[in-house]
Amino acid sequence: MNNPPDISQDPKEYEEYAHGIRKHVRGYLMVGAILLAFTAITVALSYVHFGTQKANIAVAMLVATLKAGLVAAIFMHLAAEKRLIYRILIFTGFFVLGLFWLTFLAWYDYPIFR
Amino acid sequence: MEIPYTISNRPDTGLWNAKIGIWLFLASEVMLFGGLFSAYIFLRIDAPPGMWPHGLLNVPVGTMNTAILIMSSVTVVLAWASLKMRNYRAYWWYMLATISCGLIFLTVKLAYEWPQKFDHFGAYIKTEALGKYEKYLGNEYAAEKGLPPRLEITGHLHNRATLNDPNIKEYEVALDPLNADPTNPEMDRPHFWPHSATDKIATIEKEDVQYATMFEPRHSAYFASYFTITGLHGLHVLGGVLVFIYMWLPVSKRLYQRNPEHLANRVEVSGLFWHFVDLIWIFVFPLFYLL
Amino acid sequence: MDTSTSVDTHHEPHAHDAAHEHHELGWWRKYIFSTDHKVIGIQYGLCGLVFLFFGFCLMMLMRWQLAYPGQALPVIGKWLPHIFGPGIADGKMTPDFYNSLGAMHGTIMIFAGVVPLAFAAFGNFVVPLQIGAPDMTFPKVNAASFWAFGVGGVIMMISFFVPGGPAKSGWTSYTPLADIADTGPGHNPVFNGQTLWLLGFIFLISSSLLGAINFITTIIQLRAKGLTWMRLPFFVWAQFVTAFLLLLAFPPLEAAIVMQLMDRVAHTSFFLPAGLVLNGAPAYISGGGSPLLWQHLFWFLGHPEVYVLILPAFGIVAEILANNSRKPLWGYKSLVFSVLVIGFLSFIVWAHHMWMTGMGSAVSAFFQTTTLLISIPSVIILSAFFISLWGGSIRFTVPMLFTIAFLPMFGIGGLTGIPLAFNSADLYLHDTYYIIAHFHYIVAPGTIFGLFAGIYYWFPKATARKMNDFWGKVHFWPTLICMNVIFLPMFLQGMAGMHRRWYDGGQGWTLANAHTVWGLTGFEWNKPISWAAWIMGLAQIPFIINFFWSIKHGEKVNDNPWEATTLEWTAPSPPPHGNFLTTPVAYRGPYEYSLPGRERDFTMQNEPVEPAERTRRKPPADLVHV
Repeated sequence: MNNPPDISQDPKEYEEYAHGIRKHVRGYLMVGAILLAFTAITVALSYVHFGTQKANIAVAMLVATLKAGLVAAIFMHLAAEKRLIYRILIFTGFFVLGLFWLTFLAWYDYPIFR
Repeated sequence: MEIPYTISNRPDTGLWNAKIGIWLFLASEVMLFGGLFSAYIFLRIDAPPGMWPHGLLNVPVGTMNTAILIMSSVTVVLAWASLKMRNYRAYWWYMLATISCGLIFLTVKLAYEWPQKFDHFGAYIKTEALGKYEKYLGNEYAAEKGLPPRLEITGHLHNRATLNDPNIKEYEVALDPLNADPTNPEMDRPHFWPHSATDKIATIEKEDVQYATMFEPRHSAYFASYFTITGLHGLHVLGGVLVFIYMWLPVSKRLYQRNPEHLANRVEVSGLFWHFVDLIWIFVFPLFYLL
Repeated sequence: MDTSTSVDTHHEPHAHDAAHEHHELGWWRKYIFSTDHKVIGIQYGLCGLVFLFFGFCLMMLMRWQLAYPGQALPVIGKWLPHIFGPGIADGKMTPDFYNSLGAMHGTIMIFAGVVPLAFAAFGNFVVPLQIGAPDMTFPKVNAASFWAFGVGGVIMMISFFVPGGPAKSGWTSYTPLADIADTGPGHNPVFNGQTLWLLGFIFLISSSLLGAINFITTIIQLRAKGLTWMRLPFFVWAQFVTAFLLLLAFPPLEAAIVMQLMDRVAHTSFFLPAGLVLNGAPAYISGGGSPLLWQHLFWFLGHPEVYVLILPAFGIVAEILANNSRKPLWGYKSLVFSVLVIGFLSFIVWAHHMWMTGMGSAVSAFFQTTTLLISIPSVIILSAFFISLWGGSIRFTVPMLFTIAFLPMFGIGGLTGIPLAFNSADLYLHDTYYIIAHFHYIVAPGTIFGLFAGIYYWFPKATARKMNDFWGKVHFWPTLICMNVIFLPMFLQGMAGMHRRWYDGGQGWTLANAHTVWGLTGFEWNKPISWAAWIMGLAQIPFIINFFWSIKHGEKVNDNPWEATTLEWTAPSPPPHGNFLTTPVAYRGPYEYSLPGRERDFTMQNEPVEPAERTRRKPPADLVHV
């Protein structure tokens, strides 16, 4: 789904452009409904037991990531964004995951005092 | 010389300035909330069994707040689309809806959820005294069923003065359902609909208590994380609402008449911030309310 | 040339979009709340220099205690208690006061001195000029970032005057000490040293974040026509990477600071473990926190921060080297690649500040490896700088003196860091004077020399006058000598076992009095070091006088007194609002010195390429043409 393109100041092009936007509007409403549905699913799934606590957390985080992905891709237009923005976000994602993961690795190696 | 590319795209990047600016800002916000989430993760994995609570937050209210924030994300993107379609009236109504949703979210949190917590009491029992309060804790039952140990008695504190008065030697607590009936299998896991305190009163000696406060940030690592993360998130919601209000007031109409694309861009940039705030909540909600 | 100059559009309705001030701004909007990057750059510069001076004075006080522990400060000892309170009653320092000096010296020098000066001041003033832009992309955000810095700095200064004195838990504010410091009787619950330190820091961090956003967007979006990425002056690359480091590394520390504030003000236990005993009694806290969490979040910033301190200086040194050797920088592509790799790796080395926290061997091996790896691009950069001198026609101007001195000084600092990359060696050296010597060599005769060089170099662009050469040399030589007398013996003190943060300079500690190095014990070395520090303080006086005197009375110069090639020297001195008289276009690389066949030994970036140049198939071997 593409970002609505930048419009020119030419009034003749308004008509086509405004019509094009309407398709995007439908998309936004659909995604909104999906997000609400997934919220209900998140709550419902939290009462199902997937074995261990870790598994429960994993399922909840998976659903949350899906929802976050939809918000990012559609509402924040990331699906159609320029390369530069992707690059910034990929580095950011790498560093924040590094913060979590490397700290975790350095956390558990000694049992007595944290 | 004017500063170029404030509205039009620079050819090689395909972007206008504020769009890059806001994404850079959001990248820094990812790192900020990343730092907070890392605190949550490490405090939680460090918590001994029984010390990280479940079911203390109001799930229906939290769900409703989540839905409100999601709806506000929809309305803000529709507000932006209306501006791109040069429909100011529709923009104005969608923006009002967004602001209202934001304010409702904050009101629910600050006028209902948080005060409810501040009114709730919890006392951690010393290890050596756990046996004495077995009838409220049910640790034998929990051990049999493979559930985590119960180390805390919670409920409504009748004599608030006891918190600060060293002369009063016990807490009088109207027990929560779990402590009122700890061996009831219904109480093994949290429910969707929250139960309020029962009428059953327990008297807990201060000398048996390891640590007791109302459900404030200082009560536990859990509440410290909860209030800090939702507090900072709430500040971000407030900031977004204030920016939206500015873009909704008549001053925005003047900008719209002068240069509608400029206003559209500003709304897009603020909308991106708002979606990010929604995104953070999408993770906060299950981590604190459900898991 | 676009149409936005003053006269003819004055009385017509605005044809273009953004509000552009055609009418004269009032004095407040022009000089105090300005949104012009040059004014903001100078504001940052002056404030940064003031804080640098203040931090230096704190150090001079500390050095008295180290050389003559327990003795009253002469002359000023009588009135210091009136300023700083009972911590220095009768002119004699209490241990707490010494610790405060240490914590605030570090904090102020780094966050209120070097970063605002190196990144914000030089970056703001020079970068838009070097890329041919009229200003930063977000001028109002720029002003906001300066004022946030101002508020943060003021809060830090206020902390000196509250009961209990300023923060005293080290610039690293390790918990649980920092959580409980400055609390209890005699301390205000909010207006105490450590809490004010935390609050001030939030403003300083926010300032850096806003600044970083501005720099990155400006460099990406506002480069002049023809100024491709590989034609950028190395200074711009250095600032670009520095901005990314600030943007992504500061926020986790901001999160940690919020949590420490919660611990101090709301009595949470983010960093307080269960079972903590304070003053002999179990602390009445919820517990469940982790002191280690603070360290991880702090050093996640702490390490990129040190690259924030050095990269702008690398950039300044690069510009001055090329200019004063009259030849292009050697290895431009390697320099760019190296600075990008440094930026990336700096995020995954932080635990080398935490070798003593008991992490396991696997993750320790990971961090040792990345730490050693990151030394490689640093060596590449330094080597490229050295090689750039080879075959050059060196002009020993004052900026060049500081620049040449930078090279071996940074070399010593960097090389002495290598043993610290090994957790085994660091077990011994951690928290000793070896560490102090290592990082001060990098920041003091390293970065600060780069900053001095930059001030002497760009002074004519900001004022149309040069600083006095003779007094510049009088500033340079004693400073260089004293820097080495101060920090070289510290390596030896550290290797002999003298620890940091001993408030009596080691007088009461066996390790500091056991062996002699070059005839003096570790403790005895404190005296010559302190005297060198005080003499170095005197050597800064010519600089301060020269700086202010030359603004009004310095030798007048033209727009390009150094005969440099980069775009800022095509603008008038000082540049007007909007910077350039005609929109700049870049036709060539940034260091086209000594091009064969040309009349002058330098060719500016905006000079069009002549047909004669175009026919050359391959550039001559000694010229890097990107």
